[in-house]
Amino acid sequence: MNKAQREALLDPLLNNNPIALQVLGICSALAVTTKLSVSLVMSAAVLFVLVGSNVAVSAIRKGLPPSIRIIVELTIIASLVIIADQILKAFVYDIWKQLTVFVGLIITNCIIMGRAEAFAIQNPVKLSFFDAVGNAAGYSLILLAVAFFRELFGTGRLLGFTILQPVNEGGWYQPNGLMVLSPAAFLLIGIFIWLIRWKRPEQNEEEFHVGGLLEPHEIGLLR
Amino acid sequence: MLQHYLSLLTTAIFVENLALAFFLGMCSFLAVSRKVDTAIGLGLAVIFVLAITTPLNQLINATLLKPGSLSWLGIEPVPDLSFLTYLFLIGTIAAVVQVVEMAVDKYAPGLYGALGVFLPLIAVNCAILGGSLFMVNRDYTLAEASVYGVGSGIGWALAIVGLAAIRERIRYSNVPAPLRGLGITFIVVGLMSLGFMSFSGISL
Repeated sequence: MNKAQREALLDPLLNNNPIALQVLGICSALAVTTKLSVSLVMSAAVLFVLVGSNVAVSAIRKGLPPSIRIIVELTIIASLVIIADQILKAFVYDIWKQLTVFVGLIITNCIIMGRAEAFAIQNPVKLSFFDAVGNAAGYSLILLAVAFFRELFGTGRLLGFTILQPVNEGGWYQPNGLMVLSPAAFLLIGIFIWLIRWKRPEQNEEEFHVGGLLEPHEIGLLR
Repeated sequence: MLQHYLSLLTTAIFVENLALAFFLGMCSFLAVSRKVDTAIGLGLAVIFVLAITTPLNQLINATLLKPGSLSWLGIEPVPDLSFLTYLFLIGTIAAVVQVVEMAVDKYAPGLYGALGVFLPLIAVNCAILGGSLFMVNRDYTLAEASVYGVGSGIGWALAIVGLAAIRERIRYSNVPAPLRGLGITFIVVGLMSLGFMSFSGISL
């Protein structure tokens, strides 16, 4: 593995995280984080689709007319999602039922389209493969971290095993009901972004200028 | 009967808000909520497209895709195309967005000025596909699908305009540096989502 490949694989974990920095793929990510097991299945599905689409798009990038590339990419992605959906339906039916529409929503998950457009369309197959694995891992990292806290503090369990004995089962832990509701997912991701950027200050955004409602690029125009 | 549709509408707007309860359309929700003007433009475009695609996809689903819906062909056994649902839904959405963009450009140039840049963005907005998928999942009739499409669009637009207004104000506040931008936006959305939860349980 050479340097470029290692960078493509490892950068998306913390330095260029798809959720925390690129703001991609949040759509279908948050709703599936109430349980760790569901998040694991979702991560696996995204890994499969992302690797498949990145490799396929990269493989045909030289013969792909720019004018129809979006619709071709969308077709590749939708086909891969159908395969993932059918596999999940066949082997883990219970979890598939809990995921409901969110497997289908991988199609419009910006992370897949985003990596195809930003990376696979101009890089060789092998490098695109590593980029896909890296980004899927970065996505899974946030997804699993959020799910870990939501399931643990929301129900006292992890993957179905009781960790903190809840009060209604004779234990001491009062489950935090907010954790299983949707606001908790937003708050947790906000806190994760805070932590990542606290450790990596170069990712900070300057969205703070006193006295004006100007976009950063407009400031340049005034000077 | 009217009550049923009214209840469906309010549920779609407030209780099951696509953005704040189901996290759909988050990418553009976060990216295009810096200013109220642009947020209103995108919100209107989403209402417009959802109101068209949800009933249209209901028609396609009911006549072509649902198991057993192809019995009018008279072929035995009845072919089951339900595994193609995703491909059909996203295809319809992409096609509708393209047609709407061209039609608006030709017949309503003023509206195109306001919505134009947002329309292509919408083809890959999860809120639109999500609307159709929920419609399929919950087996809505054509009338229900139309009401649900408009309602969920209004809900999404309401959420993004609200968020944009808050973000405009937040620029005057001294937010800790690592939270500026995306971080504080997530926390604000979390609080908004908490606020919208107070609507749950309401039915007309």
